[in-house]
Amino acid sequence: MDANLIVFIILAVVAVGSALGMLLNKNAVYSALFLILNFATVAVLYIILGAPFIAMTQVTVYAGAIMVLFLFVIMLLGAEELAGATKIDWQKPAAVVLGVLLLAELIVVIFFRETVFAEFAELTDFGSPAQIGRVLFNEYLLPFEITAFLLLAAMIGAIVIARRVRQSPSKRES
Amino acid sequence: MSGYGIEDLVYILPIVFLLVWALVLVLVEAFTKRPDVTMLLAAFGLLAAVTLSVIQFGTEATAFKEMLTVDGYAVFVYMLVLASGLLSLGLAYDYNRRMGWARGEYYILMLFSIAGAMLMASAANLIVVFLALELLSIPLYVMAAFVPNDASSEEAGLKYFLLGAFAGGFVLYGVALIYGATGATNLMDVVAAALGTNSPVMLLTGAALILVGLGFKVALVPFHMWTPDVYQGAPTPVTAYMAVVAKAGGFAALFRVFIAAFPSVSADLTPVIATLVVLTLVVGNVAALAQKNIKRMLAYSSISHAGFLMMAFVTYGSALYADAVTSLLFYLLAFTVTSFGSWAVVIALEKAEGKGLDFEDYAGLGKKYPMLSAAMLVFLLSFAGVPPTLGFAGKFFLFRTVLEAGYAWLAIVGVIMSLVSAFYYLRVVRFMYFEQGDPEVRSEPVLNLVTAITVVGTIFLFLFSGPLLAWASEAVLALI
Repeated sequence: MDANLIVFIILAVVAVGSALGMLLNKNAVYSALFLILNFATVAVLYIILGAPFIAMTQVTVYAGAIMVLFLFVIMLLGAEELAGATKIDWQKPAAVVLGVLLLAELIVVIFFRETVFAEFAELTDFGSPAQIGRVLFNEYLLPFEITAFLLLAAMIGAIVIARRVRQSPSKRES
Repeated sequence: MSGYGIEDLVYILPIVFLLVWALVLVLVEAFTKRPDVTMLLAAFGLLAAVTLSVIQFGTEATAFKEMLTVDGYAVFVYMLVLASGLLSLGLAYDYNRRMGWARGEYYILMLFSIAGAMLMASAANLIVVFLALELLSIPLYVMAAFVPNDASSEEAGLKYFLLGAFAGGFVLYGVALIYGATGATNLMDVVAAALGTNSPVMLLTGAALILVGLGFKVALVPFHMWTPDVYQGAPTPVTAYMAVVAKAGGFAALFRVFIAAFPSVSADLTPVIATLVVLTLVVGNVAALAQKNIKRMLAYSSISHAGFLMMAFVTYGSALYADAVTSLLFYLLAFTVTSFGSWAVVIALEKAEGKGLDFEDYAGLGKKYPMLSAAMLVFLLSFAGVPPTLGFAGKFFLFRTVLEAGYAWLAIVGVIMSLVSAFYYLRVVRFMYFEQGDPEVRSEPVLNLVTAITVVGTIFLFLFSGPLLAWASEAVLALI
């Protein structure tokens, strides 16, 4: 049994545990914190799989930026304690059906289609930061630049809309 | 192995210039805080971009590792959206000041979204199609929600944003499936790989998802639910702008992607497209009959025009697609001119807080303001497709193409629906000329100029529709 497997088992337990903790916790802030832990463990899993770039992105974007945004929204809206979330009747049966479907799909893929994994295991250096940078700034230079303008436009737009909210603080609704 | 040269930038100079100009205007606006200055500079930038596009006419090139194509088709759409930008600056200038929320960012966002529409016309790579679509849309969401402290404008912006993001997801999923099926995102590579596969289910699903996503943008039924609410809630100059530019960009990209990448699945997709056309024509026109608010009526009318434009697509897999593209471009031109004109009249009559937008408010317009109501009459006749207007020529060429392609039943549906549309357009005419009322119109020089230009365009361009069509077909030749 090699070190990778031991690390994987520990991480898997933490990841599943934190995911359960996020789902089962009634306090939205605790849920968000569990989600951060989950993102971080998944990031380490990516490193084991040899995808350091995705691991880094996972930490900075998901565990970092998006979760800070989540926490801000939760705290600003004062939704830490979910009193009684609105229940949707068909939600539970639908969840059961979709869960069974997902499980069946996973079983089929894992036990009956081994070749799927074999093809991709050969690639070395694929997805390393250097490789991604090379592709991004050579082949995909134009999409990269368009994205830059897209984000700028979104930022200007967000400021335009947000500055106006400050002019009428009393209009906030919950 | 960079492989890029200065010529890559030169080929797409109109777009590059517009984007850089928008950046300059961000700084100008930040330091001067004078919306009128920003507006004038934005108009100057658009004019300069038109000039650059004119110079570009006749170029055939690909840029940025075949991610963009510059050809007559693209340049035609460039000019169309740049002209739309100029017209909608004219609509917005007085309106924004009259309503008391003039802000320079409005014009900057508009430049960004025009650049997005131009990129859509040039995009030869599915990733660029998606990014250009977002660059077109995101400023539109903000512009729809631009009115401060106005619930209906905020509702319009949020609705458009949520549903637009959802539609963007469809496009992206479609791109992913096509990449999965062919291993390529470049249109030329997609078509090469597609010919080699014998189970195009994944490719077909991907193409269908792209059709759904872009169908949302151009407001095809059944993806049109947002249109009336957003068109009604958004500030009127924004409505006029997005009715035209979102359609131009969406159709330009849709047509290029389908002709270049999916001819192999056209047999499967043509019935789907024909169904969409019929649904859009019927729902758009019949729902427009029931409207009492002019903005909602024009919203449904624009849905129906999306149906007419989509008609050109049924022939995309056949040998006639060059004619189809030509008539699409021509119809787009006719729709642009007519649509901006009608919105200019709506803006002239609109008062604060959404007043002055019902049919009743147009009562007596013919007696009190004969010029303005005559202009509106011209636009409505053009919408309905009555000669001597540009709208008639657009419908004529379109139906002819559809007939030649062997879709006589579709052309008949189109003609019947044109007759239905005449009914609700003429209702406005009835209010203008045969009802008593005392409407109030503010005479604003820039707005009057837009109205005059579009009236002259609607009639004058009809007289030159032959040469115009020749020009459009010349623009298309390169696509083949």
